[in-house]
Amino acid sequence: MSELNSALEHPTYNYKVVRQFAVMTVVWGIVGMLVGVLIAAQLAWPQLNPGVEWLHFGRLRPLHTNAVIFAFGGCALFATSYYIVQRTCQTRLISDKLAAVTFWGWQLVILSAAITLPLGLTSGKEYAELEWPIDVLITLVWVTYAIVFFGTIMKRKVEHIYVANWFLGAFIIAVAILHVINSLAIPVGLTRSYSVFSGTVDAMVQWWYGHNAVGFFLTAGFLGMMYYFVPKQAERPVYSYRLSIVHFWALVAVYIWAGPHHLHYTTLPDWAQSLGMVMSLILLAPSWGGMINGIMTLSGAWHKLRTDPILRFLVVSLSFYGMSTFEGPMMSIKTVNALSHYTDWTIGHVHSGALGWVAMISIGSLYHLFPILFGKERMYSTDLINVHFWMSTIGTVLYIASMWVNGIMQGLMWRAYNQDGTLTYTFVESVAASYPGYLVRVIGGAIFFAGMLVMAYNVYMTSRRDVEVQPAPAAASAA
Amino acid sequence: MDINDLRGLSTLFLMVAFIGLCFWAYNKKRKKTFDEAANLPFADEELNQRTMQEEGRNG
Repeated sequence: MSELNSALEHPTYNYKVVRQFAVMTVVWGIVGMLVGVLIAAQLAWPQLNPGVEWLHFGRLRPLHTNAVIFAFGGCALFATSYYIVQRTCQTRLISDKLAAVTFWGWQLVILSAAITLPLGLTSGKEYAELEWPIDVLITLVWVTYAIVFFGTIMKRKVEHIYVANWFLGAFIIAVAILHVINSLAIPVGLTRSYSVFSGTVDAMVQWWYGHNAVGFFLTAGFLGMMYYFVPKQAERPVYSYRLSIVHFWALVAVYIWAGPHHLHYTTLPDWAQSLGMVMSLILLAPSWGGMINGIMTLSGAWHKLRTDPILRFLVVSLSFYGMSTFEGPMMSIKTVNALSHYTDWTIGHVHSGALGWVAMISIGSLYHLFPILFGKERMYSTDLINVHFWMSTIGTVLYIASMWVNGIMQGLMWRAYNQDGTLTYTFVESVAASYPGYLVRVIGGAIFFAGMLVMAYNVYMTSRRDVEVQPAPAAASAA
Repeated sequence: MDINDLRGLSTLFLMVAFIGLCFWAYNKKRKKTFDEAANLPFADEELNQRTMQEEGRNG
């Protein structure tokens, strides 16, 4: 009873669930990126597709995308959102039990994906491949997540709802709607179902989902992360709170319309394609609003970048965010898309967002978070964070540069005509010409992956109670 | 007046809403509230410290 009283008088936060999700972020990051390196190698050396169908590129590719987006990215979002909502509402999560349900439920979803996808059980929708029983499980976990998150906001001890929570709340609501509508299907047995949509409508629903998975899962959620951890690590409030409000509403209002740019020059009505293109172009403004707000938070504190590799992770991730949100609208222009679509340029664009923005903002936030969760002053080794930073940056640059070169080359080769109207190149010639780019991609991806191993070691050493953290680097202690 | 007029008006409505939002957010009256909100990440160190101590005991 006395313990209960002391808990009421002296409330604490629930860091257990944050720690669980944070550790699993690193674990799933390693798994997902390892599969990524493997399939990149399979494209460079087709001999790596063995006779076993479970390890074929076509089955491992959705495993890779699901693992990095929903396992790595998902765990990072769960961890940081539970942390941010508690700290900015100054109250404990509304229910420890429900929070635990989301942790174990989400791990179950990930394991089910890791088993069913290599078995070839798929509904065939990109980023929504999982079959209906897993979709139902995701929905249950997500509703629980919403109850925990919004329940905690409702019992907040402060008047204002901090802007990071607005982004995280929008992410939770939008993903729930997107997932349920796009996954509507008629089951014909436990492992098979057919979408209720068909033809062009099915394609439009799929890319309404697909692009808003980018917009709300991979953007709004991680902007929520940014709005807490960048000010925290820079030790100064966000540059403009007003800008954050304006760009929040603009972002959520416009993203929902951008999906049709995935269906340029298809059977989708022309007006819908143009609408998608225009909305995508408008998106540049709210996207850059977020980038500017994040980067300008450092104004007056730029010197910290010299000594703090965590801040470097956060700021470089914002630079990649700005770059890929410029590239995206550009690629949505129909005439540019005529060159870029179906080429490796798209893969490069996705990874400049996924590695440069999503992964690096998560890694930076986690390096801020782990010492707090393990009760240490700072990470075990700041030097190793710096090593990881350079590995991530170099790996990302190699990856996206090689895919730009490949993509533009493929686009130009496919559209080249001879004077008599025949194609200049066969398709396989463009594949052969892509080999050097595929090789560079394997190298870049492997470097990024190896950086995650450095992180895992650093996190493990930070978690050990019998190991003291290394002294802060001389430059940092002097400053 | 048919459905297409409503579609056109919805664009106008969104534009008005956006301009209204900008005026609302940049109104001087709200500067103080927003400054307080912007400092929320720095306002809870006591709770954080208490949690970290407790974790150290239990873990």
